[in-house]
Amino acid sequence: MSDSKSVKMHYDVAGDDFDRAGEASAGLKRLLQKIGVPADIIRRIAIGTYEAEMNVIIHAGGGQVDAEIFPEETVVYIADQGPGIPDIKLAMQEGWSTAPDHVRQMGFGAGMGLPNMMKCSDDFDIQSTVGSGTNIKMKFKHISEDL
Amino acid sequence: MQVREVIETLGLKLMTHEVPVDVDVIGGYASDLLSNVMGQAAPGMIWVTMQGHQNIAAVASLIGLSAVIVAGDAPIEEDTLKKAEQNDVLILATSLPAYDVIGKLYELGIRNVK
Repeated sequence: MSDSKSVKMHYDVAGDDFDRAGEASAGLKRLLQKIGVPADIIRRIAIGTYEAEMNVIIHAGGGQVDAEIFPEETVVYIADQGPGIPDIKLAMQEGWSTAPDHVRQMGFGAGMGLPNMMKCSDDFDIQSTVGSGTNIKMKFKHISEDL
Repeated sequence: MQVREVIETLGLKLMTHEVPVDVDVIGGYASDLLSNVMGQAAPGMIWVTMQGHQNIAAVASLIGLSAVIVAGDAPIEEDTLKKAEQNDVLILATSLPAYDVIGKLYELGIRNVK
Protein backbone atom coordinates (compact mmCIF):
# COMPACT_ATOMS: atom_id res chain seq x y z
CA MET A 1 0.00 0.00 0.00
CA SER A 2 3.04 2.28 0.22
CA ASP A 3 4.10 4.29 -2.79
CA SER A 4 6.65 7.05 -3.23
CA LYS A 5 4.11 9.05 -5.26
CA SER A 6 1.56 9.11 -2.46
CA VAL A 7 0.86 11.56 0.34
CA LYS A 8 -0.08 10.10 3.71
CA MET A 9 -2.15 11.41 6.57
CA HIS A 10 -2.74 9.97 10.02
CA TYR A 11 -5.18 10.99 12.76
CA ASP A 12 -5.85 9.47 16.14
CA VAL A 13 -9.55 9.73 16.99
CA ALA A 14 -10.54 9.86 20.65
CA GLY A 15 -13.64 7.95 21.74
CA ASP A 16 -16.73 9.86 22.94
CA ASP A 17 -15.06 13.17 22.05
CA PHE A 18 -17.86 15.01 20.28
CA ASP A 19 -16.09 18.35 20.60
CA ARG A 20 -13.24 17.31 18.34
CA ALA A 21 -15.42 15.14 16.12
CA GLY A 22 -14.80 15.71 12.45
CA GLU A 23 -11.19 16.84 12.79
CA ALA A 24 -9.77 13.92 10.83
CA SER A 25 -12.20 14.38 7.92
CA ALA A 26 -11.77 18.18 7.98
CA GLY A 27 -7.98 17.77 7.96
CA LEU A 28 -8.17 15.33 5.08
CA LYS A 29 -10.46 17.71 3.19
CA ARG A 30 -7.95 20.59 3.57
CA LEU A 31 -5.10 18.38 2.40
CA LEU A 32 -7.05 17.23 -0.68
CA GLN A 33 -7.91 20.85 -1.49
CA LYS A 34 -4.21 21.75 -1.37
CA ILE A 35 -3.41 18.85 -3.66
CA GLY A 36 -6.11 19.97 -6.07
CA VAL A 37 -8.48 17.00 -6.14
CA PRO A 38 -11.87 17.95 -7.75
CA ALA A 39 -14.34 19.45 -5.27
CA ASP A 40 -17.11 16.88 -5.76
CA ILE A 41 -14.63 14.06 -5.13
CA ILE A 42 -13.33 15.81 -2.01
CA ARG A 43 -16.89 16.11 -0.73
CA ARG A 44 -17.50 12.37 -1.12
CA ILE A 45 -14.21 11.55 0.59
CA ALA A 46 -14.93 13.99 3.44
CA ILE A 47 -18.47 12.66 4.01
CA GLY A 48 -17.39 9.00 3.94
CA THR A 49 -14.51 9.70 6.29
CA TYR A 50 -16.70 11.76 8.64
CA GLU A 51 -19.25 8.95 8.90
CA ALA A 52 -16.49 6.48 9.73
CA GLU A 53 -14.90 8.88 12.19
CA MET A 54 -18.23 9.34 13.98
CA ASN A 55 -18.74 5.59 14.22
CA VAL A 56 -15.32 5.26 15.86
CA ILE A 57 -16.22 8.02 18.33
CA ILE A 58 -19.71 6.69 19.09
CA HIS A 59 -19.16 2.94 19.13
CA ALA A 60 -15.49 2.03 19.46
CA GLY A 61 -13.96 4.24 22.14
CA GLY A 62 -11.53 5.69 19.61
CA GLY A 63 -9.41 4.56 16.69
CA GLN A 64 -7.21 5.64 13.82
CA VAL A 65 -7.88 7.30 10.49
CA ASP A 66 -5.22 6.88 7.82
CA ALA A 67 -5.40 8.21 4.31
CA GLU A 68 -3.12 7.66 1.37
CA ILE A 69 -3.52 10.02 -1.55
CA PHE A 70 -2.29 8.84 -4.94
CA PRO A 71 -2.51 10.79 -8.21
CA GLU A 72 -5.45 8.63 -9.36
CA GLU A 73 -7.23 7.84 -6.10
CA THR A 74 -7.46 8.32 -2.35
CA VAL A 75 -7.61 5.34 -0.01
CA VAL A 76 -8.94 5.84 3.53
CA TYR A 77 -8.42 3.28 6.28
CA ILE A 78 -10.37 3.49 9.52
CA ALA A 79 -9.36 1.12 12.28
CA ASP A 80 -10.63 0.67 15.79
CA GLN A 81 -10.11 -1.76 18.62
CA GLY A 82 -13.72 -1.53 19.78
CA PRO A 83 -16.38 -4.17 20.39
CA GLY A 84 -16.70 -5.18 16.73
CA ILE A 85 -19.88 -5.75 14.70
CA PRO A 86 -21.54 -9.17 15.19
CA ASP A 87 -23.64 -9.00 12.01
CA ILE A 88 -22.22 -6.75 9.29
CA LYS A 89 -25.08 -7.46 6.88
CA LEU A 90 -27.54 -6.17 9.47
CA ALA A 91 -25.34 -3.17 10.28
CA MET A 92 -25.25 -2.26 6.58
CA GLN A 93 -29.05 -1.99 6.47
CA GLU A 94 -30.34 1.56 6.38
CA GLY A 95 -31.99 2.46 9.67
CA TRP A 96 -30.23 -0.18 11.75
CA SER A 97 -28.33 1.38 14.65
CA THR A 98 -27.11 0.50 18.13
CA ALA A 99 -26.28 4.10 19.04
CA PRO A 100 -27.23 5.16 22.58
CA ASP A 101 -29.97 7.74 23.21
CA HIS A 102 -27.68 10.68 24.06
CA VAL A 103 -26.03 10.26 20.67
CA ARG A 104 -29.35 9.97 18.84
CA GLN A 105 -30.46 13.24 20.43
CA MET A 106 -27.56 14.91 18.62
CA GLY A 107 -28.90 13.62 15.33
CA PHE A 108 -26.51 10.69 15.01
CA GLY A 109 -27.46 7.03 15.13
CA ALA A 110 -29.94 7.15 12.27
CA GLY A 111 -28.47 3.95 10.89
CA MET A 112 -27.22 5.59 7.73
CA GLY A 113 -23.49 5.83 8.41
CA LEU A 114 -22.31 2.58 6.83
CA PRO A 115 -24.70 2.83 3.84
CA ASN A 116 -23.51 6.43 3.28
CA MET A 117 -19.87 5.28 3.30
CA MET A 118 -20.64 2.65 0.70
CA LYS A 119 -22.52 5.15 -1.49
CA CYS A 120 -19.77 7.77 -1.26
CA SER A 121 -16.88 5.45 -2.09
CA ASP A 122 -15.97 3.59 -5.29
CA ASP A 123 -14.79 0.59 -3.32
CA PHE A 124 -15.84 -0.25 0.24
CA ASP A 125 -14.52 -3.03 2.43
CA ILE A 126 -15.40 -3.75 6.06
CA GLN A 127 -13.87 -6.40 8.29
CA SER A 128 -14.96 -6.80 11.87
CA THR A 129 -14.23 -9.24 14.67
CA VAL A 130 -16.29 -9.20 17.84
CA GLY A 131 -14.06 -8.31 20.75
CA SER A 132 -11.15 -7.03 18.71
CA GLY A 133 -12.41 -4.27 16.44
CA THR A 134 -13.41 -3.08 12.99
CA ASN A 135 -11.39 -2.14 9.91
CA ILE A 136 -12.83 -0.17 7.02
CA LYS A 137 -11.14 0.57 3.72
CA MET A 138 -12.65 3.03 1.25
CA LYS A 139 -11.27 3.88 -2.19
CA PHE A 140 -12.22 7.04 -4.02
CA LYS A 141 -11.23 7.56 -7.64
CA HIS A 142 -10.22 11.10 -8.57
CA ILE A 143 -12.27 11.21 -11.75
CA SER A 144 -14.86 13.94 -11.45
CA GLU A 145 -18.40 13.23 -12.66
CA ASP A 146 -18.65 16.87 -13.68
CA LEU A 147 -15.92 16.57 -16.29
CA MET B 1 -30.99 34.26 -4.31
CA GLN B 2 -28.30 35.03 -1.78
CA VAL B 3 -28.20 34.29 1.94
CA ARG B 4 -28.34 38.05 2.61
CA GLU B 5 -31.84 38.24 1.08
CA VAL B 6 -32.99 35.20 3.06
CA ILE B 7 -31.78 36.81 6.30
CA GLU B 8 -33.58 40.06 5.51
CA THR B 9 -36.85 38.50 4.31
CA LEU B 10 -37.22 36.04 7.18
CA GLY B 11 -35.76 38.37 9.81
CA LEU B 12 -33.12 35.85 10.85
CA LYS B 13 -30.44 36.51 13.45
CA LEU B 14 -26.93 36.31 12.06
CA MET B 15 -25.03 34.33 14.69
CA THR B 16 -21.60 34.06 13.05
CA HIS B 17 -19.33 37.05 12.56
CA GLU B 18 -16.92 37.57 9.70
CA VAL B 19 -18.52 34.90 7.53
CA PRO B 20 -19.71 36.52 4.26
CA VAL B 21 -23.47 36.54 3.62
CA ASP B 22 -23.23 37.20 -0.13
CA VAL B 23 -23.41 33.52 -0.90
CA ASP B 24 -25.75 31.92 -3.43
CA VAL B 25 -28.50 29.64 -2.13
CA ILE B 26 -29.11 26.95 -4.73
CA GLY B 27 -31.71 24.95 -2.79
CA GLY B 28 -32.83 23.85 0.63
CA TYR B 29 -32.91 20.85 2.92
CA ALA B 30 -34.43 20.13 6.32
CA SER B 31 -33.52 17.35 8.74
CA ASP B 32 -32.21 16.81 12.25
CA LEU B 33 -30.45 13.57 11.32
CA LEU B 34 -26.89 14.41 10.38
CA SER B 35 -26.27 11.33 8.24
CA ASN B 36 -29.43 12.06 6.33
CA VAL B 37 -28.24 15.60 5.64
CA MET B 38 -24.86 14.32 4.49
CA GLY B 39 -26.48 11.79 2.21
CA GLN B 40 -29.13 14.06 0.72
CA ALA B 41 -28.11 17.73 0.88
CA ALA B 42 -26.05 19.24 -1.92
CA PRO B 43 -23.43 22.00 -1.92
CA GLY B 44 -24.94 25.49 -1.80
CA MET B 45 -28.14 24.38 -0.07
CA ILE B 46 -29.48 26.11 3.02
CA TRP B 47 -30.17 23.68 5.87
CA VAL B 48 -32.99 24.02 8.41
CA THR B 49 -32.50 22.14 11.68
CA MET B 50 -33.26 22.13 15.40
CA GLN B 51 -29.77 20.90 16.25
CA GLY B 52 -27.41 23.48 17.71
CA HIS B 53 -24.31 21.50 18.65
CA GLN B 54 -20.87 21.73 17.07
CA ASN B 55 -21.34 18.92 14.63
CA ILE B 56 -23.76 20.99 12.53
CA ALA B 57 -20.80 23.24 11.65
CA ALA B 58 -18.71 20.19 10.71
CA VAL B 59 -21.48 18.75 8.52
CA ALA B 60 -22.22 22.10 6.83
CA SER B 61 -18.53 22.60 6.11
CA LEU B 62 -18.00 19.09 4.74
CA ILE B 63 -20.91 19.42 2.30
CA GLY B 64 -20.29 23.08 1.48
CA LEU B 65 -23.77 24.32 2.46
CA SER B 66 -24.58 28.01 1.97
CA ALA B 67 -25.96 28.43 5.53
CA VAL B 68 -27.55 26.67 8.49
CA ILE B 69 -30.81 27.97 9.97
CA VAL B 70 -31.34 26.83 13.56
CA ALA B 71 -35.10 27.12 14.01
CA GLY B 72 -37.51 27.29 16.96
CA ASP B 73 -35.13 29.12 19.29
CA ALA B 74 -33.15 25.91 19.68
CA PRO B 75 -30.07 26.56 21.81
CA ILE B 76 -26.82 27.04 19.90
CA GLU B 77 -23.61 26.19 21.70
CA GLU B 78 -20.90 28.84 21.80
CA ASP B 79 -18.43 26.29 20.41
CA THR B 80 -20.72 25.73 17.42
CA LEU B 81 -20.29 29.36 16.41
CA LYS B 82 -16.53 29.21 16.98
CA LYS B 83 -16.22 26.12 14.82
CA ALA B 84 -18.51 27.66 12.19
CA GLU B 85 -16.41 30.82 11.97
CA GLN B 86 -13.22 28.79 11.65
CA ASN B 87 -14.76 26.86 8.75
CA ASP B 88 -16.59 29.71 6.98
CA VAL B 89 -20.02 28.33 7.85
CA LEU B 90 -22.93 30.76 8.23
CA ILE B 91 -25.18 30.06 11.23
CA LEU B 92 -28.55 31.83 11.36
CA ALA B 93 -31.12 31.65 14.14
CA THR B 94 -34.83 32.30 14.49
CA SER B 95 -37.69 31.79 16.91
CA LEU B 96 -39.88 30.70 13.98
CA PRO B 97 -40.73 26.99 14.05
CA ALA B 98 -38.91 24.89 11.45
CA TYR B 99 -42.20 24.37 9.58
CA ASP B 100 -42.66 28.12 9.09
CA VAL B 101 -39.04 28.64 8.08
CA ILE B 102 -39.28 25.97 5.42
CA GLY B 103 -42.60 27.39 4.16
CA LYS B 104 -41.12 30.85 3.84
CA LEU B 105 -38.04 29.52 2.04
CA TYR B 106 -40.35 27.71 -0.35
CA GLU B 107 -42.28 30.94 -0.95
CA LEU B 108 -38.98 32.58 -1.86
CA GLY B 109 -38.57 29.99 -4.58
CA ILE B 110 -35.97 27.89 -2.75
CA ARG B 111 -36.59 24.25 -3.62
CA ASN B 112 -35.06 20.91 -2.75
CA VAL B 113 -33.30 20.72 -6.08
CA LYS B 114 -29.70 19.69 -6.38
